[in-house]
Amino acid sequence: MSEEIATRQSYGEALADLGERNPDVVALDADLSKSTKSAIFAAKFPERFFEMGVAEANMIGTAAGLAISGKIPFASSFAVFCTGRVFDQVRVSIAYNNLNVNICGSHSGLATGADGATHQATEDMAIMRTLPNMSVVCPADSAETKSVVFASAEHKGPVYIRTTRLKTPVLFDSSHKFSFGKGNIVKDGTDVSLAACGIMVSKALDAAELLKKENISARVINMPSIKPLDESIILKAASETQGIVSCEDHSIIGGLGSAIAETLSENNSGRLSRIGLRNVFGESGDPKDLYKKFSMDVNSIYNSAKKLLQDRSGEQ
Amino acid sequence: MSNNSELADISKAVRREVLKMTTAAGSGHPGGSLSSADIVTSLYFSEMKQSAKNPNDPERDKFILSKGHACPLLYAILAELEYFPKEELSNLRKISSMLQGHPDRNKTPGVESSTGSLGQGLSVACGIALGDRLSKRKSRTYCLIGCGESQEGQVWEAAMSAAHYKLDNLCAIVDNNNLQIDGKTSEVMNIEPIADKWKAFGWNVLEIDGHNFNEILNAFKEARACKGKPTVLVAKTVKGKGVSFMENVCGYHGMALTAEELERALEELK
Repeated sequence: MSEEIATRQSYGEALADLGERNPDVVALDADLSKSTKSAIFAAKFPERFFEMGVAEANMIGTAAGLAISGKIPFASSFAVFCTGRVFDQVRVSIAYNNLNVNICGSHSGLATGADGATHQATEDMAIMRTLPNMSVVCPADSAETKSVVFASAEHKGPVYIRTTRLKTPVLFDSSHKFSFGKGNIVKDGTDVSLAACGIMVSKALDAAELLKKENISARVINMPSIKPLDESIILKAASETQGIVSCEDHSIIGGLGSAIAETLSENNSGRLSRIGLRNVFGESGDPKDLYKKFSMDVNSIYNSAKKLLQDRSGEQ
Repeated sequence: MSNNSELADISKAVRREVLKMTTAAGSGHPGGSLSSADIVTSLYFSEMKQSAKNPNDPERDKFILSKGHACPLLYAILAELEYFPKEELSNLRKISSMLQGHPDRNKTPGVESSTGSLGQGLSVACGIALGDRLSKRKSRTYCLIGCGESQEGQVWEAAMSAAHYKLDNLCAIVDNNNLQIDGKTSEVMNIEPIADKWKAFGWNVLEIDGHNFNEILNAFKEARACKGKPTVLVAKTVKGKGVSFMENVCGYHGMALTAEELERALEELK
């Protein structure tokens, strides 16, 4: 079994590292710092950490004000509470102002598990993606999360960073670099492409292994930058393989799958099927069982890729 | 620093510009601009350290217009202080104008934060005050809140946190004109006893007449002297103040004067 680390843990560690190098970095949390792991920063830099209590709207506005005063704020909470709950505060005080505020939502998707649907953010990328000026990032593993934190501090304009509660396999070494608007091929292939973000990247890699047993060559593309989207890596995959299966721990409405569909459609290119929640809320349970129940597990990705290839061969 | 009679002259001139630009735009919010005209004039022409020549000076005092619909007032004052040419005022609310229907930080020089969705400004002001204190700056932050706006829950989240963090470099002002779009604030959704609410949240509360320059300036001085807690000025004001037929008339919240009304109003503001 390969090493596993939760991206929220890496977020907290990277933030503390960043704080050491940049005295302008500050952090805020809304009574969840032990869960989002901003507590790691707080322990190191108590004077630069602001506990805002269970009052997310005020946390978002305060982060905006800190940015106006020249600081680089990172405001974290569960992904449901720092996106949908405070959508208008993010829209007006942060995105419309176009401030250098970084929002980190932990506990995204079904990976949140037993807490159930109220605590599983499954629309967060969709709603954040609609906001002008806002970038949306969903890192796949520990090293990528650390790179995202450092890149976000440098980035002009607001960034939404999406992490998960669950431990996930380590995919990259510490030399891995994240860039806004860039995806990367983690496993090359020629028959079908699996474009995934976050926790789904390792599942896509496992699905590619299953496909390989049937002599199907799957390309696995890591898409941490949901917005801006790496359009060229998608169009290339659409032309070089038979089609794309998008994989996200999120609703199929408005997230990675939608972003890919928009790109393909506007460029009159490619075939797509989407793995994600299909217009339903999640529920309590072990994440492993939830992924299976909602057709988002490794087998579902495998089946979706096979069906896509069958449909294509039927067309020819 | 201007004296009281100078301030009265400036606020009268500012009121004239508010009415002229909203009539030229054919829409806007003159009523609440006039109720807070004396307070914001006092801030920019007496209390605050700021200069159009150095608008990004980190040591400047900052003002957040949380009741963003009163932006004609802010625009008139910023133009008077030469943050941008006065001619721009006639472009209020027009296409490609730097003067949007509600304040836009990225379009209008001198606007510290985009506002207009009520309830958000005090949180932003808290963040600025925290950041300035962390940077060991002497600057102060001011935030104007409407009375109807005080019905927004976020105002009270911000009030709680400002007291918790002992932000004595922060001063809020409530423009308490007792009118909002649907009628009297006391009837739409009563906010009284508003001063007691702020006291309960841990603020230094000063109740003043928001049209009396002595009271306004003394309150700002007291606020500066108060250590260990933020100060709020609960300012009793009159919506439409300065124009007889506009005073205490709810309808002028979000409606510009006609050309004929404007003429009568300007006559009164000579």
